[in-house]
Amino acid sequence: MKLDKVQKYLLKEIADLSDVPGGAYNIRSNSESIARQSSANIDIIPKKDVSGIDIRIKEGTKNESVHIPVVMTESGLKEEVYNDFYVGDNADVEIVAGCGIDNCGNHDSEHDGIHRFFVGKNSKVKYVEKHFGSGEGSGKRILNPVTEVYMEENSSVEMEMVQIKGVDDTVRTTIAELKEGASLIVRERLMTHNKQQAFSVYTVSLNGKGSNADVVSRAVARDDSFQKFEAKIVGNAECKGHTECDSIIMDNGKILAVPALEANDVDAALVHEAAIGKIAGEQIEKLMTLGLTEAEAEQEIINGFLR
Amino acid sequence: MLKIENLSFNVNSGEKEIIRNINLTIPDGKLIVITGPNGGGKSTLAKLIAGIEKPTQGKIFFNDTDITEMNITERAKLGIGFAFQQPVKFKGIRVIDLIRLSAGKELTITEACGYLSLVGLCAREYIEREVNSSLSGGELKRIEIAVVLARKSLLTVFDEPEAGIDLWSFNNLIDVFKGQREEIKDRSILIISHQERILNIADEIVVLSGGEIEKQGKKDELLPGLIGTSSAVEKCKGVKKGVDC
Repeated sequence: MKLDKVQKYLLKEIADLSDVPGGAYNIRSNSESIARQSSANIDIIPKKDVSGIDIRIKEGTKNESVHIPVVMTESGLKEEVYNDFYVGDNADVEIVAGCGIDNCGNHDSEHDGIHRFFVGKNSKVKYVEKHFGSGEGSGKRILNPVTEVYMEENSSVEMEMVQIKGVDDTVRTTIAELKEGASLIVRERLMTHNKQQAFSVYTVSLNGKGSNADVVSRAVARDDSFQKFEAKIVGNAECKGHTECDSIIMDNGKILAVPALEANDVDAALVHEAAIGKIAGEQIEKLMTLGLTEAEAEQEIINGFLR
Repeated sequence: MLKIENLSFNVNSGEKEIIRNINLTIPDGKLIVITGPNGGGKSTLAKLIAGIEKPTQGKIFFNDTDITEMNITERAKLGIGFAFQQPVKFKGIRVIDLIRLSAGKELTITEACGYLSLVGLCAREYIEREVNSSLSGGELKRIEIAVVLARKSLLTVFDEPEAGIDLWSFNNLIDVFKGQREEIKDRSILIISHQERILNIADEIVVLSGGEIEKQGKKDELLPGLIGTSSAVEKCKGVKKGVDC
């Protein structure tokens, strides 16, 4: 696999990879797959009609991982990629995705990844997605991920979605539908700088008895950036749903949090929480008494908050 | 040595005087306890020393350096430590992070755990915990003290360290203060407290009332006269072991 310095840097940032990973993988760079490997239990098959891949994970596959990172270094690229994950029953796998864009040019670079997950009965999936932008060009780095999760009985999915640097514009759309006994945990971490904008929209439908979802977002908006977090949990059966948006605003940052709950069943128990505020002065003072400067204290507080 | 000269602190544009023209010296190697009635200005004085509040008038010197205009960080770097009366909570910052920041260097888990054990916390259970509202007031308080101990400051100010701490830990706390004095020669400790047992380990006692020093002197001279007043109360009289009070 041939990668230049910038590509290697991006790969390290988004997937913590310094070489090809173990297990199944597909590494995409500037709109082409530059390395791909299936494993005995995980097949990666390129799509014929559109750009993207099908990832087929066999029933009963345990403790295996799939890495599908994307890096873009050519200014002005715009792509839509469709990746479908078919996870067989009784599997336990980790999926690491992520996209890094380095744009040194004057044209906008955009990657729109549409990921669909079909999670089989009793299966367990951990999904990690990191988005990152770098480069000094005036062209924007744009990422519009769409994530759809369809969960069969008693399956569980844990999603860790992180975007903490350099993405100028993003609209993140996540849809999940849960059958009986299914469990979804989402941990989102977002930080925006300068004039960046981020929209994050979740719609989680708890359709089966005993299903549950916990969608928690932690966000920091700095400089003149703007974020909108919109999370809706729909309870269509006896279920438990919780959504939380906890945000720090700094400088002229603005955040709009719109949590929404819809209960269509008398046994649906749904809770939402939202809090927005600046860093508490006493937190900064405490860290200053430990010898940190005010700026170092702020950084520690944010690092912890977005951990 | 900390030297406070003609220190005053007013609020509401000078209408209310919290600290009135105080002169006080904390010599090296001494344990000084400041006591006095509630609202007497004890905590404000502690905050003025740490740099959290700035005085309206007067000067503060630390080892002959004028620190009056220095901010909290600069004072911390010179060797002034401060344990808050109300421990600050964070989101995402763990106990181990605070202990490491305080020590100013990478500590092993074992080293960091040592500080928690000193305050009577089972270290393994706490070291990775977030310093947030999932911890009880007493736990937070003990973590606060452990974090400050890791700093190894030349002068440490403890603002009511016993508040919210159960009886067993309270006994430990007394040992911790004694140990601190032995660990570093010339280290000074300033404790804001009106607990008789803390007063009892002091070298000197200062009684602060109405923003002024009412009395000041050696423990043996001053303590007998304070017992039974609000300046020297008995800890948790009749309270069962292990109960927060």
